[in-house]
Amino acid sequence: MGTEPALRAEVALPRRPARRRIARVPLPVMFFMGFLLVLILSAVLADYLAPADPYRQSLRGRLDAPSWLGGTTGALLGTDQLGRDILSRILFGSRISLLVGFTAVIIGGLLGSLLGLIAGYAGRVADEVIMTVADIQLAFPLVLLAIAVVAVLGPSLENLILVVGLSGWVTYARIARAQVLSLKQKEFIEAVRALGGSDLRILFRHLLPNTLSPLIVVATLDLARTIVLESTLSFLGLGVQPPTPSWGQMIGEGREYLIIGRWWVSVFPGIVLMLTTMAVNRIGDWVRDVLDPTLRNV
Amino acid sequence: MVLWGISTIVFIVMRLSGDPIVLILPPDAPTAEVFRVRREMGLDQPLWVQYLVFLRNAVRGDFGQSIHFRQPALAVALERIPATIQLAVTAFALAVIVAVPVGILAAVRRYSLYDHLGMLLALLGQSVPTFFLGILLLLIFAVWFPLLPIGGTGTPAHLVMPAVTLGAFAMASIARLTRSAMLEVLSQDYVRTARAKGLREATVVLRHGFRNALIPVVTIMGLQFGTLLGGAVVTETIFAWPGIGRLAIQSIFNRDYPVVQATVFLAAVAFVGVNLAVDILYAVLDPRIRYE
Repeated sequence: MGTEPALRAEVALPRRPARRRIARVPLPVMFFMGFLLVLILSAVLADYLAPADPYRQSLRGRLDAPSWLGGTTGALLGTDQLGRDILSRILFGSRISLLVGFTAVIIGGLLGSLLGLIAGYAGRVADEVIMTVADIQLAFPLVLLAIAVVAVLGPSLENLILVVGLSGWVTYARIARAQVLSLKQKEFIEAVRALGGSDLRILFRHLLPNTLSPLIVVATLDLARTIVLESTLSFLGLGVQPPTPSWGQMIGEGREYLIIGRWWVSVFPGIVLMLTTMAVNRIGDWVRDVLDPTLRNV
Repeated sequence: MVLWGISTIVFIVMRLSGDPIVLILPPDAPTAEVFRVRREMGLDQPLWVQYLVFLRNAVRGDFGQSIHFRQPALAVALERIPATIQLAVTAFALAVIVAVPVGILAAVRRYSLYDHLGMLLALLGQSVPTFFLGILLLLIFAVWFPLLPIGGTGTPAHLVMPAVTLGAFAMASIARLTRSAMLEVLSQDYVRTARAKGLREATVVLRHGFRNALIPVVTIMGLQFGTLLGGAVVTETIFAWPGIGRLAIQSIFNRDYPVVQATVFLAAVAFVGVNLAVDILYAVLDPRIRYE
């Protein structure tokens, strides 16, 4: 990637110190950061913020419209098929989305980076084996793999995190491997080796720090993917099991009530989910532009 | 190699999931009957024998009898292929036809209102989960304004919502990538030369610009096609589209191993095939690329 004069010039010309570049956050990114902050806070403080108990059912208040559309129970975003308050369930549901999303990125990121470092550094056999496995996983429709594994292991929070986490390692591995391959012939690595530095020291003290910034970019963009995959599995009934609320599951349950015009059961959690992935994607784009513009195509 | 790996993974995963006999026979079936069916299906053999038999048969395209449909699994899966191809090809064509012009225009009119609007829509398209887009379309075009059928297949009208749902993500990604690839190409020296020669702007952009931006665009198209196959699972489930994705989900829930294996195998074949086609396309698009 050394032949983009225009791009190079564009990023390299105004060589400002890093601090000033970060200080100039575009307005939409600010907005989305604010949104994510509110989301994280509401996940943590759901117990205090939720207007009602997300598990309390009410037979008389089933499928009640939002209060501003003539609902009678006074629920701001209406109630679901069991009369539970949708706003409260969205607030509590954010815990699952964020928990699964972040842990899955950490699992996939750590595993993928480690395997990528090994593939790039440990020689041909390890490289061949790891990259073949990566190719195999890439050739497999990911949703199908996740569904099959969850269906086999049984749906639970732990399995959900595991599957979503393992689904993403390949991207990290490829990036880490590519970086290592290009770095390991460099003089500073030769120098460490000449000074008697061990392989482990070279890998973790010298190669890893130099691959970190593209990996962080990938991780930020990957978060949107893990959140969507979690909600997709929950939508299909393979995520956390009821009554624990999660957005995907709420959208899936509300599907049958769309036809009789009770759209709020699905639509409100869906809007929050969409805003969340949009926020993560937009912030991820921005992080990439700041940290590593050569990664535009990831 | 890839096909072998996938088959093996599917084999392991499906065998881990428990005894399918429980699902076929009633719980009060006599033990002798259980043993008979188990022997008939080869499930009484050691696992490695089962695996070798599985491999030998897979090479011949024989994945065994479907437990649910009582027909050869491959036939069951193949029967669903045309519906999925119809859906996937429509979705993909739609994505390309919309995305490429949007991307080119956004690059040519960089930072214009059009560029910002187009890229905002692309961000939206990349962010909205497939299943939620499907539900929104259902709500708007089938419930609020009953213009389109709610699910199933038959007329071209049945195809509209599933194709848009399935194509949206690919459309957004292709549009974004076309824009960035075009931006890169348009600032090259040969484009400046073409402009300096006094060629019409359209010729410069399309003949000198877009042709050279095609390689990354085609690459992402190939990758997106794989994503499309995964998205088909969700889309087909929402719109009751009788394709292979819905079959796969149903078979997983039915623990119909042979059919799951057959569907997954076919999906992998499709993916490998598309990637091969992309590699060939490279050579066609860029005569400098030659394979040994």
